[in-house]
Amino acid sequence: MYKVVSKKKLAPNITRFSVQAPAVAESRKPGQFVVIRACEEGERVPLTIVDSDPEAGTIDLIIQDAGYSTHQLCGMEPGDNLLDVLGPLGKPTEIHNYGTVVCVGGGVGTAVLYPIVKAMKEEGNEVITIIGARTKELVILEEELKEFSDELIVTTDDGSYGIEGFGSTVLKNMLEEGREIDFVVAIGPTLMMKAVAEVTRPHEIKTIVSLNSIMIDGTGMCGGCRVTIGDETKFACVDGPEFDAHLVDFDEQIARHQYYKDQECKLTEEIDKLEQEKA
Amino acid sequence: MATSSRDRKRRTRSRSKQRRKKVERPPRQPMPTRPAEERIRDFQEVALGFTAELAQKEAQRCLHCTNHPCIEGCPVAVDIPAFIELISEGEFGAAARKIKETNTLPAVCGRVCPQEEQCEEVCLMGKVDEPVAIGRLERFAADYEREHGEAKLPETDPATGKKVAVVGSGPAGITVAYELLQKGHQVTIFEALHELGGVLVYGIPEFRLPKKIVHEEIETVKNLGAEIKLNMLIGKTKTIDQLLEEDGFDAVFIGTGAGLPMFLGIPGENLNGVYSANEFLTRVNLMKAYKEEYVTPVKVGEKVAVIGAGNVAMDSARSALRVGQGKSDVSIIYRRSREQMPAREEEIHHAEEEGVKFNLLTNPIRFIGNEKGVVEKIECIRMELGEPDDSGRRRPIPIEGSEHIVEADTVIVALGTMPREFIADTTPDLETSEWGTFNVEEDTMETSKEGVFAGGDVVTGSATVIKAMGAGRTAAAAIHEYLTEK
Ligand SMILES: Cc1cc2nc3c(=O)[nH]c(=O)nc-3n(C[C@H](O)[C@H](O)[C@H](O)COP(=O)(O)OP(=O)(O)OC[C@H]3O[C@@H](n4cnc5c(N)ncnc54)[C@H](O)[C@@H]3O)c2cc1C
Ligand SMILES: Cc1cc2nc3c(=O)[nH]c(=O)nc-3n(C[C@H](O)[C@H](O)[C@H](O)COP(=O)(O)OP(=O)(O)OC[C@H]3O[C@@H](n4cnc5c(N)ncnc54)[C@H](O)[C@@H]3O)c2cc1C
Ligand code: SF4
Ligand code: SF4
Ligand code: FES
Repeated sequence: MYKVVSKKKLAPNITRFSVQAPAVAESRKPGQFVVIRACEEGERVPLTIVDSDPEAGTIDLIIQDAGYSTHQLCGMEPGDNLLDVLGPLGKPTEIHNYGTVVCVGGGVGTAVLYPIVKAMKEEGNEVITIIGARTKELVILEEELKEFSDELIVTTDDGSYGIEGFGSTVLKNMLEEGREIDFVVAIGPTLMMKAVAEVTRPHEIKTIVSLNSIMIDGTGMCGGCRVTIGDETKFACVDGPEFDAHLVDFDEQIARHQYYKDQECKLTEEIDKLEQEKA
Repeated sequence: MATSSRDRKRRTRSRSKQRRKKVERPPRQPMPTRPAEERIRDFQEVALGFTAELAQKEAQRCLHCTNHPCIEGCPVAVDIPAFIELISEGEFGAAARKIKETNTLPAVCGRVCPQEEQCEEVCLMGKVDEPVAIGRLERFAADYEREHGEAKLPETDPATGKKVAVVGSGPAGITVAYELLQKGHQVTIFEALHELGGVLVYGIPEFRLPKKIVHEEIETVKNLGAEIKLNMLIGKTKTIDQLLEEDGFDAVFIGTGAGLPMFLGIPGENLNGVYSANEFLTRVNLMKAYKEEYVTPVKVGEKVAVIGAGNVAMDSARSALRVGQGKSDVSIIYRRSREQMPAREEEIHHAEEEGVKFNLLTNPIRFIGNEKGVVEKIECIRMELGEPDDSGRRRPIPIEGSEHIVEADTVIVALGTMPREFIADTTPDLETSEWGTFNVEEDTMETSKEGVFAGGDVVTGSATVIKAMGAGRTAAAAIHEYLTEK
């Protein structure tokens, strides 16, 4: 059993957890994830390891309430147990001293980005972090990221905080102003990652994205997470989740995400009904 | 040599004829089976198993041949005539214990062994009549023992203080654990998934092998004191070197199977609705997507096409029928002809009874999707059979100009699997073949790395449950010797 040791709400729909998982805490590296299952009937849900404390044997997860399973997870309390935590999975981020690195995070992707920002800074890079959210109250990890960034820019879609607009536009402007950028990491909604890839492509700046494909086992056994990279099929859980943004077929990813929408919606309706009954 | 064995056969045959005269031997007893139209609406078992009466009747058919070729035909050398004798005497529990002397999972093997290619193929009764239904009898004895609470734990030797890590909990790993626990060694099983059993739990469907039975048979290794560590992907969570150097294991057995699914590599294969058999079966079996209260989704459309014609393809097709509540149109697409289909005859027969169609001498060349990126059609080409290839099967050759469209809104690709690379990638001194399988000494299953043994599908590529268990037995004997000498 994997005990939830602490819980903190970061935004109305985003919660940070510390979970006991000593073997994972010991071996995990930035960019890797776990697959968890809350209960017997639950799905296997992939989640990035945001941070870890090997001494305490804990890992930190930041979960956005996006549907049935993540909703269930966000409802867990300290003292509760997760049934399964498997990891660390996926290839770690390639952390090198690239020079100037821009890290772009969107939505809960900002959480996925956090360990990478930290590692990039520790490796001696100049780190510029751009984080975006729909609105002010959904901005997460601002303080934590500031600590490891030479520059931190916040954007909101509605302009309620920081710069109004998208992170990709901020990056575009920087490049047009002639800023020297050696490496870009973008993590967030697929459309946002696609936009960043298009911004950096003409400048030939190496850009990586972290794909959140639909996964089951996370161990290379089902092929449900496959993605087209260049002309090759790769499994996001073993060959990724990070890939060269300029080779990813984003449209295919977007389509694959839609496949179970109707079934998921039914489950979400069920939650809503249950909650109305409770209220 | 050849003459003497032929003589012996002749002698046995004539003796059996004599016996046949004296004792009226009944014909091979058919397996009670649920009707097709009923069974395609649920996941309950198709074959119901022998009653005690049927079992005893079938047991009478055994000739108790002195040279018992059936035992050599079994990869774990079950003492077949002895257990059958016990069944005919009504000693059903004792029969099960007899089988368990060499076979850890008799209720599983009695159900899924390709007996017609193993013990039953060489059964002498088969020369004069149909072979003795060894598999069905094995299943009966094991079920009887379990259902009547007669299962006893085997005796174990005094503790040796040696620690063995078993990586992977499929039939190979479970067998190694069972054997070594009996020898008094401490065993820890590391399994990547959240349940023990390997393909037995995520691959082979419930209607052929109820999971309850798998769990109960595997329970024995827990009761013998194995430590179980689930959610441990060796090569990621920990490496083989860490197990040996930091965690103090004296030996390691790798039974990680061949889990990486192969695809056709044709356009459109990543469209929605195109599943690997592993993904489809995992959603259905391990994640129980067919049960209302489980939340993992699975989709089966109106027209399902399964690519391939092995056992995995039959399992996928029959599972798809059941998920679709018998309403979907399910067909197998295979590039060779019926005679070359690698699946067991019994499985093909069951699939046909249930209404699976066979689209033979046909090969997909492209998947075509709709505006939502969901598969809608398959462009196929007809094939004809040419000269035999290396495997001895006639090579399929495309017929030019025979391209045509097959409608399909769900596709399940069942082309086979290969070992995954987590362990090979993180253990540089482990030698692998070009297929990614581990190279081992055949008589010990020892790998190129000292103290590390491997067996099952990870060595042979996809094979059978009982072959994996046979490899497990060989490895366990060698590990025991290695530990005793160490
Ligand atoms: C490697 C990886 C790391 C991830 N890290 C995080 C993280 O740190 N924090 C976080 O909140 N989320 C993360 N995700 C996404 C998270 O796994 C999904 O949000 C979650 O599985 C959705 O399940 P649900 O039942 O709650 O929602 P659903 O109702 O199933 O779906 C809600 C939305 O999420 C998409 N989705 C469904 N299943 C998955 C899936 N298995 N993976 C990705 N998207 C899916 C659907 O297309 C839909 O748009 C990660 C995904 C991957 C692959
Ligand atoms: C759908 C299907 C139907 C089949 N039907 C039959 C049949 O009717 N009769 C028959 O005889 N055979 C059948 N087979 C084949 C048979 O199941 C296999 O040959 C057999 O299970 C192989 O056993 P194994 O122990 O080598 O590996 P597996 O059963 O594959 O078990 C390997 C285990 O190791 C785990 N693992 C993998 N990597 C790691 C790692 N790095 N760390 C920790 N754990 C790991 C896996 O999760 C898995 O649980 C079928 C196979 C399939 C897929
Ligand atoms: S284990 Fe399989 S091969 Fe051996 S006797 Fe039983 S059914 Fe036959
Ligand atoms: S099972 Fe067949 S081969 Fe074996 S002893 Fe009986 S009759 Fe002979
Ligand atoms: S999640 Fe199953 S292969 Fe990647």
